[in-house]
Amino acid sequence: MRKLKINASQFSLLITILLFIALFAAGSVKYPNFFSLQVFCNLLIDNSTLLVISVGMTFVLIIGGSGIDISVGSVIALVCMASAWLCQNTGLDAFTIMGLMILLGAVFGFVQGIFITYLKMQPFIVTLAGLMLARGLTALISENTITISNKTYVTLAQAKIHIFGTGAYIRSGVIIALVVLATAWFVLSYTRFGRNIYAIGGNEQSAILMGLPVNRTKVAVYTLSSMCAALAGIVFSLYMLSGYVLHGQGMEMDAIASTVIGGTTLTGGVGGVVGAFFGVLINGTIKTIIMFQGTLSSWWTRIVMAALLCIFIVIQRLLSMKSIEGVNSKKSNTGKLGKKTGSAAKQI
Amino acid sequence: MNLESVIGITKKRLFWPLFTFGIILLFDFLAIPGFFSIQFRDGNFFGRPVDILNRGSVYAILAVGMTLVIATGGIDISVGSVLAISGAIVATMLGSGFEAKIPMLLCILAAVGVCTIIGCWNGLLVSKIGVQPVVATLILMVAGRGIAQLITGGNIPTTQYQPFTYVAGFIPGIPLPTSVFIAAVVVISALLVTKKTALGMFIEAMGINSKASRFSGIKVSRLIFMTYAFAGLCAGIAGLIACSQIKAADANNAGLLIEMDAILAVAIGGTSLAGGRFSIGASVIGALILQTLTTTLYALGVSPLALNVVKALVVIAICLIQAEEFRKKIAEMVYRERSVKNAKA
Repeated sequence: MRKLKINASQFSLLITILLFIALFAAGSVKYPNFFSLQVFCNLLIDNSTLLVISVGMTFVLIIGGSGIDISVGSVIALVCMASAWLCQNTGLDAFTIMGLMILLGAVFGFVQGIFITYLKMQPFIVTLAGLMLARGLTALISENTITISNKTYVTLAQAKIHIFGTGAYIRSGVIIALVVLATAWFVLSYTRFGRNIYAIGGNEQSAILMGLPVNRTKVAVYTLSSMCAALAGIVFSLYMLSGYVLHGQGMEMDAIASTVIGGTTLTGGVGGVVGAFFGVLINGTIKTIIMFQGTLSSWWTRIVMAALLCIFIVIQRLLSMKSIEGVNSKKSNTGKLGKKTGSAAKQI
Repeated sequence: MNLESVIGITKKRLFWPLFTFGIILLFDFLAIPGFFSIQFRDGNFFGRPVDILNRGSVYAILAVGMTLVIATGGIDISVGSVLAISGAIVATMLGSGFEAKIPMLLCILAAVGVCTIIGCWNGLLVSKIGVQPVVATLILMVAGRGIAQLITGGNIPTTQYQPFTYVAGFIPGIPLPTSVFIAAVVVISALLVTKKTALGMFIEAMGINSKASRFSGIKVSRLIFMTYAFAGLCAGIAGLIACSQIKAADANNAGLLIEMDAILAVAIGGTSLAGGRFSIGASVIGALILQTLTTTLYALGVSPLALNVVKALVVIAICLIQAEEFRKKIAEMVYRERSVKNAKA
C-alpha cells in the first residue's frame, strides 16, 4: 500500500502556515479588536517591503552554493535616498525615477553576480562589500533625512485601495509586493528558469553535467535579488516618504529569518516563495501582538523571532535527518541528501 | 632577483596582507604629514599609530576567534551581539557609581563566562544538531541585542569605576594601552595552541574535508564546538574593551555590524571563507589594515558612514587580488600578450 507522502519541505511549510494561523488566533482571543480584516491588511502594509526582499532572498537561497545576499537592506536605503534626492533636485517624472532605481538595482546585482559566478568569490563577502558600498553611497548623497514631496509619490503613498465590500483597505505598496510574490511563484514553479534554479541548488555539479546554463542562471538570480531589493526600496519610499541613511538597517537578517522560517534551506535546492510569504506574516503578527500588548518593548519581537527561528531550524534538521535515514535504507537518491549527512562544516 | 623567486615570495602566506598593509602605510606616510608622529605625554604614548593599535585590538581579538571558526568552514555572525551582551553585563554589574557594586574581577569573569556559554550554544547548534553556521549564529545575532536590552533594562548603563577604564585606557605607569596587551595575550595563546599542538592541523584538515577527517579519527564535532566557544570567548573579551572605551554599554549600537568587520579582517588576511588553511597572524594583520584604513580616512576628513564606500572598494580589490580565478585570468592575459609579441618577433 502506498503511504501518503509529504516531503520535509512541504511539512515545514505546513507547520509555518499553521503557526501563522495559531499566532493570529492567539492574538484574536487575547485582544478584542485584533480579529479584523484591517489588522490583517495592516500586516501586509507594514511588511510589504520585507516581503519583496524575502522573495528575492528565496531565489538566492534556493540556488545554493552558499548563496546569500546580505546587501538588500542597504540597497533599500540607497534607493530611498537616491529617489528622494532625484525628486528634490531634478524635474524627473516619478515613474522615470522608479525605472532608474530598478535599473540601478539590476546593475548592482549583475555586478555582484559576475563577481560571485565568474570570479568564484564568496557570496557572503561579495554581498558584504555590496552592503557597505550601498550604505556608504547613501551617506555620500546625504547624511540627513530628505523628505519626498513629489506629487505622484505622495498620491501613490496615500492612496487607499478598498477591498470590495468591506471597510478595510490596503496601500499601493501591498499591490506591488503581491504582484512580485505571484510572479516569483509562477517563475519558480512553471518556467524553465525556475526549474533550473532548483536543479542548480540541488546539485550544481550534475546541473553542469546536464548542460544547464549554470553561470548565466546564477548571475540572473543575483540580479533578480537586487532588483527585488530596489523594488522593495520603492515600496519603502512610498511607506516612509523619505530617504535616510539608516533605512532598512538589519532588514536583510529579517528577510533571511522569514525565508528560513518559511522552509527554505540555506543549503539550496529546497524552498519556495509561499513559505517566505508566511514567514513574513509571522514576523508581522508577532510585531502586531507586541504592539497590541502595549507594554513590551519592540526588541521582544526579535527575541521571539529568534526563538521561532531556532525551533524551526531544529525541526527541519530532525526532519531531514529522518528522511536521509529513509533514503539511505532505500539506497536511492543519495546524491543530494547524502551530502547533508556529512558534518555541517561545509554548509555555510 | 630573478622572476621565479619574486613569484615565489608572492605565494607566501603573509605576503599579500603585508603588501597591502605596506601600501596603506606608504600612502599615509606620503599623503598625511605627521601620521606617524608619536608623543609622550603624562607617561603615556599618544598618536595615530598608538590609536590604531588600541582600536585595532578589538578587531584583532574578534578576528582570532573568527579565523578558527571560518577555518572549520563555518562563520559566526553573532559576535557583534555577543559583544553587546558582554558590555551590558559588565556595566550593569559594576553599577554607575565611582565604586564597583561587585568586585571587578567577578564582573569580568561573569561577562566573559556568559559569552563563552553563548559561544557553546552556537557550537552546539552547528556541531551536534548540524544547523548551517550562518543560520545558527543568525539566531543569536537577532536575539542577542534583545537579550542585552533585557540585561540593561532598556537603559544605557554607564560606569565611572576607575580600574575598569584601564581596560581600554592606560594602567598608570605603563605607556601603552592595556587593550594592546590583552589582544597580544589572546593572539599569542591562540598561536601557541594552534601551532604547538596538532589542533591547528586538525582544524585545517576539517575545513578541507570534514568527512575524511572524521574517518581518520579526528573528533570533528567536538572541535567545531570548541571553535565556536572560543569565538564567543573572544567576543566577550572584545566586549569588555568596547565597553571600557565609552564607559557605557549601549545594547543597541555597541559593536553594530562589527561581525562584518571581523569577517573582513579574516578575508583580507587571506583565509578562505570555504574553510581549510588559515593563518591567525594574517588575520591580525587584516584587522590592523582595517583599522589603519579607518584612521587614515578619518584623518582625511571622510565621515564614518561614507567610509563604507572606501571599505567596500578596498575589500573588493583585496579579494580580487586573492581570488585564484582572477589571478589566473590576468596571468592568461599576460601570457597571451607575451606569446603574441613573441610570435611577431
